[in-house]
Amino acid sequence: MEERAALGRQTASGARARKALTGIWQMKALYLMLLPCLAWYFVFKYLPMYGVIISFKDYNFTDGIWNSPWADPWYKYFKQFFESPYFSQLMTSTLLISLYKLAFGMFPSIILAILLHECRIGWFRRWVQTLSYMPHFLSWIIIYGISIAFLSETTGLFNRWITEAGGHSVPFLNSTEWFRSVLVSTEIWKDLGWGAIIYLAAIGSIDPTLYEAARVDGASRIRMIWHVTLPGIRNVITLLLILKIGSMMDAGFEQVFVFYNPRVYEVGDIIDTWVYRMGLEEMSFSLATTVGLFKSVIGFVLIIGANKLAKRWGGSIW
Amino acid sequence: MVTGTADKWFNSVVYLILAAVAAASIFPLLYVVSMSLTPYSEVVKNGGFVIVPRSLSFEAYNRIFADPALGRSMLVTVFVTVVGTAVNLLLTTVAAYPLSRRKLQGRSFFLLFIVITMLFNGGLIPTYLIVQSLGLLDSVWALIVPGAIATFNVLVMKSFFENLPEELFESARIDGAQEFRILWQIVLPLSVPSVLTVGLFYMVGHWNSFFSAVLYITDRELYPLQVVIRNMLLLTQSNELQAEVTVPTAAMQMAAVIAGSLPIIAVYPFIQKHFTKGMLLGAIKG
Repeated sequence: MEERAALGRQTASGARARKALTGIWQMKALYLMLLPCLAWYFVFKYLPMYGVIISFKDYNFTDGIWNSPWADPWYKYFKQFFESPYFSQLMTSTLLISLYKLAFGMFPSIILAILLHECRIGWFRRWVQTLSYMPHFLSWIIIYGISIAFLSETTGLFNRWITEAGGHSVPFLNSTEWFRSVLVSTEIWKDLGWGAIIYLAAIGSIDPTLYEAARVDGASRIRMIWHVTLPGIRNVITLLLILKIGSMMDAGFEQVFVFYNPRVYEVGDIIDTWVYRMGLEEMSFSLATTVGLFKSVIGFVLIIGANKLAKRWGGSIW
Repeated sequence: MVTGTADKWFNSVVYLILAAVAAASIFPLLYVVSMSLTPYSEVVKNGGFVIVPRSLSFEAYNRIFADPALGRSMLVTVFVTVVGTAVNLLLTTVAAYPLSRRKLQGRSFFLLFIVITMLFNGGLIPTYLIVQSLGLLDSVWALIVPGAIATFNVLVMKSFFENLPEELFESARIDGAQEFRILWQIVLPLSVPSVLTVGLFYMVGHWNSFFSAVLYITDRELYPLQVVIRNMLLLTQSNELQAEVTVPTAAMQMAAVIAGSLPIIAVYPFIQKHFTKGMLLGAIKG
């Protein structure tokens, strides 16, 4: 009896294995397709992850990643970073810039989405949408050029207005006082309309009978926004907020890289820009990699945490 | 429909704010165009740039295009945009299609393999060292290969493919079609709008990209357009050029800005709806 059962199990597992093998064989074309992509991920994503070990080594160019000697002690570069004045400066700038962008960037997009939804003239709404989405597609270099046109100390339009009104021209692009505001406002200009798309879609999926019911009850349109529209997109707002907190460690590398200069390092230098300069200008590869690793780890924890939170909220979205 | 006075007021405020948003989006570009066309005589007369100059001049454009660097960088950018997008689409499709097939053994492992890279990466310096050791530095391929696949786009395209009806694949297989033929003759023709959307995102990305060139390219001959524009913005700001006598420096900078953004602005209105669709799909998935 037992023997037969064992035999049965054996043949069953054998059949399963055979089935799996024939499955793989039938799917060979699919694996073949997947191969170049997996190879690419291995080379350009996983090898750099392995390259992170130079945080624990004294990297030098002739010995390369593998043969460079281990750092002594192994946490040498971590210690160097945490004890340097850069640590608090970079963390402050990175987190503050992210936080300002979060705080000042989200509400304008939400308001724009609500207004677009309230707009009853179709062609007008489409024009506003087309025009306000457009800046999203311009590169930060182009936007820096536009900023020069308005904010330059000598030729900028704003400074012309200020001096014509009897004031002194303001070095918006070169002063520590203004730099973060310039980052936040150019980011808002770029992504105000683009950010509204998702809220607009969420508003569009609100049950129209809710508006009908509110109208029957004699609610004004402002009350409908307050009692129907806003509660209807509350989940989406929370979700996006959580996801944005998950990427707090990126404060907008390309933007800062284009906009900043040595005069504003004090307030504008973020982790990514510092890593770039330390690694590729100062050639301190190990230290730069260490700081990059530090950022990746914190970023990883934040994203995982954000996704956990988002999942808890996620059930009720769409 | 009866509209009360309160409703009229409400509407006016809505339209006013929306008009202001639209104006704020387009005015900076118009002002940049106006600056680029301002001749030096106007700047002298008005003591600076004004919104609407009395006379126009294309001298700034003549001058920036007289420098061969700009034309050459445009060629580099066009090459990277065309070839890069083709490579992107090819690799993204052959990655997304197998991953969209639920029958693929080990599908969840492969998905994990690529999604992990969205959560954790080796960082700037190790990536640079890998690209360097592959001998890609100072090659136009450094602008294409390291960014050949965007994981986000793979996931977007995978979800497009997953929405195709399963019966399609069954009947194709009964007819004896191989996977490559199914992909090429059935799946792709049905997914033209989605492939187009993903392709457009890659294209705009290539046109606007500058950082990979800053990292990997030191040879001036290979600079893409955005890098050349950046250098113009940085250089002419510090040294007041001798060209100042006939063309204002700022006008030349703004002419470069227009040259760098015009292709995007010109095609953008026609492709906008694809972007909106792609954005929403990505958002729902992500």
